[in-house]
Amino acid sequence: MGHTFAEKILARNAGLAEVRPGQIIDATPDVALSHDNSAAIARIFRSLGVARVKHPDRLAITLDHAAPPPTTRHAQNHAEIRRFVAEQGITHFYDVGRGICHQVLSEEGLVYPGAVVLGADSHSTHYGALGAFGAGVGRSEMAAIWATGQLWLRVPESIKITLTGQFRPWVTSKDIALHIIGQLGADGGLYASIEFHGEAVAGMSMESRFVLPNMMAEMGAKNAWVQVDQTTFDWLAQVAGKDEAELARLKAASEAVAPDPDAVYAAEYRFNAAEIEPQIACPHTVDNVRPLSAVAGTKVDQAFLGTCTNGRLEDIAAAAAVIKGRRVAPGVRLVVIPASAEVYLQALRAGYLETLLEAGAVIESPGCGPCMGNHLGIPAPGEVTISTANRNFRGRMGTPEAEIYLASPAVVAASAVAGEIAAPWEIGGQSDGRID
Amino acid sequence: MAGLIKGRVWKYGDGVNTDVIFPGKYTYTITDPAEMARHALEDLDPTFAANVRPGDVIVAGRNWGNGSSREQAVTCLVQAGVGAVIAVSFARIWYRNAINNGLPALTCPEAAAALNSGDEVEVDLAAGVIRSAAGEFSFPPFAPSIQAILADGGLIPHLKKRLG
Repeated sequence: MGHTFAEKILARNAGLAEVRPGQIIDATPDVALSHDNSAAIARIFRSLGVARVKHPDRLAITLDHAAPPPTTRHAQNHAEIRRFVAEQGITHFYDVGRGICHQVLSEEGLVYPGAVVLGADSHSTHYGALGAFGAGVGRSEMAAIWATGQLWLRVPESIKITLTGQFRPWVTSKDIALHIIGQLGADGGLYASIEFHGEAVAGMSMESRFVLPNMMAEMGAKNAWVQVDQTTFDWLAQVAGKDEAELARLKAASEAVAPDPDAVYAAEYRFNAAEIEPQIACPHTVDNVRPLSAVAGTKVDQAFLGTCTNGRLEDIAAAAAVIKGRRVAPGVRLVVIPASAEVYLQALRAGYLETLLEAGAVIESPGCGPCMGNHLGIPAPGEVTISTANRNFRGRMGTPEAEIYLASPAVVAASAVAGEIAAPWEIGGQSDGRID
Repeated sequence: MAGLIKGRVWKYGDGVNTDVIFPGKYTYTITDPAEMARHALEDLDPTFAANVRPGDVIVAGRNWGNGSSREQAVTCLVQAGVGAVIAVSFARIWYRNAINNGLPALTCPEAAAALNSGDEVEVDLAAGVIRSAAGEFSFPPFAPSIQAILADGGLIPHLKKRLG
């Protein structure tokens, strides 16, 4: 009997011949991620009476959730983290301005096929796009990893999702992710490892693929995995800087943990990319998903393009293509936050930021921005935001009286121009949404 | 995890997420657990924090605690005195955080359906039973390694014992 990705990678990590769903194993993460929550984790770590982090080279710390700090207290929090980083000799430290943790760790080459990455962040499922096992944990658990290098994990059941067909113009990986969450529900993947297979995945750019496992956190998944192919390795070479020897090792690792054709799944689903139109998650849950045509015309006060879900170059390019030669509607704010400094620089060089600025957008420094209500675009009570983020819970962006709709970058840009939720083709977008 | 948990039920529905249990805007500014407790559930039930008593039990539907990994969504309830949370199902990071903070999270759809706000309820962890006027409900026992963490009051006290 074959094994799933989760079974194979966790067995390999724990040094066991094989494992089964439900089994508790001691995992040894290759990378342990934390961010602005690192000061709180450090306080728990110190309470253990342990002087030194067990593997300082396996920690990765980014300052991104409220960066640059909006208040004195946020600044004190960052200062405390910098002291801890210096004291413990943590080399993978990415200060204010470098970007959002998930994007940065991927760009820095810390995430690769076969790696086990545990993060004190719920969207750590993100790393499955590069063939890694990525799962979110809590702060106490991260302190335990810092102290011991290990953490208990339950081997999850696996769900196989096959994406067939080809996307229609203007339809993206965000739309199919929202569609899946709408169909299966916010607990449709509870505790599970979700695998993405199929021709529609094969046809996606690496940037598009990151959206799939990132969004699976909203379906309750423990981790998610995307099939690995030449697109993955090209990205690892070109963006993450892996050389030939490393790529050869990573190809072998990828094959060692790839799911077997006869693996046993708790459920299997197929979705046809050709059958869906752009999708929108409506207030106040991510599984409250409707087709764009059903909510078009809803007035918006703010449009937000950014986050670990959709703040990459391809996303900014799509927004720029829609908005070129147009203006953001009067009374509407368009906030754009590149996911990393690297994305910012490339968007600048490609002229996308110039296009967006000319249209009336506000460009902010790389980080999470207003996604979880910290700063740089908090709505007023009664206002409506359309966002490329992954979460639209009541109160998420600061006030429980605001409404958040989630959509693809092209739809967010079109809505900023129209002043209401709008299809990119209806405002006369100059491309068909295909950037490359 | 010795003894009995006795208190009143606070009942909520399906899909209660971490943003309404503990709002994200407080995550890097509130560090005092007592202050966290004052904001517990504030965007879902503004009467909760002022009226919850030690030993009270939250009863909820599906996917309690979905969303962020923020541990304050557990800490604020522990500090508020919540003795246990009973639900149809739990989101996994919230569930882990609960165990790791010594807060029993009990998966029991029958009790979640039968119990109502204000009911007096008793949770017997050793026996694996929830007792109330609405009836008696059993819940599956925790794995031995999880029982050890709960018995020590959470992952950090458990580790202190192991490392000390």
